[in-house]
Amino acid sequence: MSAPRGGTAPASHRALGRRARASLLAVGRRLLLAIALPVALVAVWWVLTANSTSFFWPPLSSILRAFPDTWFGDRITTDVLPSLGRLASGYLLAVVLGVAMGIPIGLSPVLRALTEPTLEFFRAIPPPVLVPVIALFAGYTGSASKVITIALGCLWPVLLNTVEGVRAVDEVLLDTARCYHLSRRSRVLHVILRGASPQIAAGARQALSIAVILMVISELFGANHGLGATVVQFQRGFAIPQMWTGIIVLGLLGVALSAIFRIVEHFALAWYRGLRDADPGA
Amino acid sequence: MNRADTNRTDGPPAAVPDRPLGSTVALDIRGLRKTYDGHGRRVEAIRDLTFTVDRGQLVCVVGPSGAGKTTLLRCMAGLLDPTGGEIRLEGSRVTGPPRGMAVVFQEYGRSLFPWMTVRQNVERPLIEKGMRRPERRRAVADALDAVGLGDSGDAHPWQLSGGMQQRVAIARAVAYEPSVLLMDEPFAAVDAQTRADLEDLMRTLWRRLGVTVLFVTHDIDEAIYLGERVLVLSNSPTVILEDVAIDLPDDRDQLSTRSAPRFGELRAHVYRQIQQAKRGRPDQPSSRQRQKG
Repeated sequence: MSAPRGGTAPASHRALGRRARASLLAVGRRLLLAIALPVALVAVWWVLTANSTSFFWPPLSSILRAFPDTWFGDRITTDVLPSLGRLASGYLLAVVLGVAMGIPIGLSPVLRALTEPTLEFFRAIPPPVLVPVIALFAGYTGSASKVITIALGCLWPVLLNTVEGVRAVDEVLLDTARCYHLSRRSRVLHVILRGASPQIAAGARQALSIAVILMVISELFGANHGLGATVVQFQRGFAIPQMWTGIIVLGLLGVALSAIFRIVEHFALAWYRGLRDADPGA
Repeated sequence: MNRADTNRTDGPPAAVPDRPLGSTVALDIRGLRKTYDGHGRRVEAIRDLTFTVDRGQLVCVVGPSGAGKTTLLRCMAGLLDPTGGEIRLEGSRVTGPPRGMAVVFQEYGRSLFPWMTVRQNVERPLIEKGMRRPERRRAVADALDAVGLGDSGDAHPWQLSGGMQQRVAIARAVAYEPSVLLMDEPFAAVDAQTRADLEDLMRTLWRRLGVTVLFVTHDIDEAIYLGERVLVLSNSPTVILEDVAIDLPDDRDQLSTRSAPRFGELRAHVYRQIQQAKRGRPDQPSSRQRQKG
């Protein structure tokens, strides 16, 4: 079919190929840049500890040798997955609650005046302080107290950012929504939530690192399972290489979570990036 | 029609002495007053506005900047409560945004939802109206075609130029099938060339659809070029200085209409009114000095 226009088709194919190759190169370049520093750091670690006889700084090679036995056995089901489950439920609970509470507070000046001092107070309390208190009510050993700890710590950045984001939604957009009689539901779903989403994402990103910290801290008190508890047990049992592997796992977990977050953000906020690129003043 | 008639008989007929029982009136503004109270300061924005807009008319409202044009429009759109007087759309009193009204704002960049595509922006009000999907699709396509954006449905507003974005806002308003279309300085932020195109588009759409349009602008030429009537507003606190009938032929085009002698006369007339309005303001002596210099 395309034979009569054969002259142009290969040319456009070539252009397409060139563009694909160029973008592939760009991705490769970025990957290289992202990996360069970690590789260098690992190399430095390897060299500095290669002949180490210090008990607390074992050679990296022996840490890596201990890695598979430490983490690829039963620990995945007894420690890693339960911890990740608690992390996910606490974090998602905080995001849902924070957004659900932040929208009415952001919309109503009265509600804002009423709740703001209280919210500031709770936000100022370092979440780890609450761990023993929550444990008193929700039990030391169960998952409940840990999920609550994570959720409570993550709630504030999400909530306060949602309030700010909702307040910042453009008034002309709200007027437009009123003029065209968008229902209450549509106004919240299609205007306020979407308009506040860049700010909500900023809060959720802060909350994510807090969640990882609290996942570990919540297991330091009276827990004998979980990622954090395992690292502490290794340390107390002088299983130093194993302790180091735990720290590496936590670091890798942080990297993986932030990568997942970025992917979600990439799609949910594509419009926001476009808007910003189109109009740097926005 | 019926609702307008019955409602009108409720009021005293003396209120509209110069018209037959208003079945042809789309928009009826009586004794509109708006005073802003804030921080111990009273600002009288609109003192007394009374006018009607007939069904199918294109009326331009022109006035010096700060004449309360936007206040008037926001009151009519039901976005702002007037301090006194009343606004009736098709006979029923406006207390909130009325159903049969669509608004095109000046800030096109801020009135289109940036997270929606062009098509979704036009479609959203129709979904809210409960229009069924096949009808809706057709209405959206027709409206986008009418403003010359048939191919841009999948783009996001911020991917378009300013003039195109305002076309999207117009398409959204037109697809909504309002009985009255309010436009608040819609072309103030686009370049002159685009502006001329948009003016012609507006004339074409108005003549084709028979919609009632109230077009607020600070540009005298634009008001005369577009309107059948031009309401000249005074400086704030606002009253109507004059209701000018524009007796230009219905077929207008940028070249011949704007160079017609009658256009020049009307322009000069309105211009003088507005200059007087500006000079008439007692608390701004500097404007007189500037004119001498």
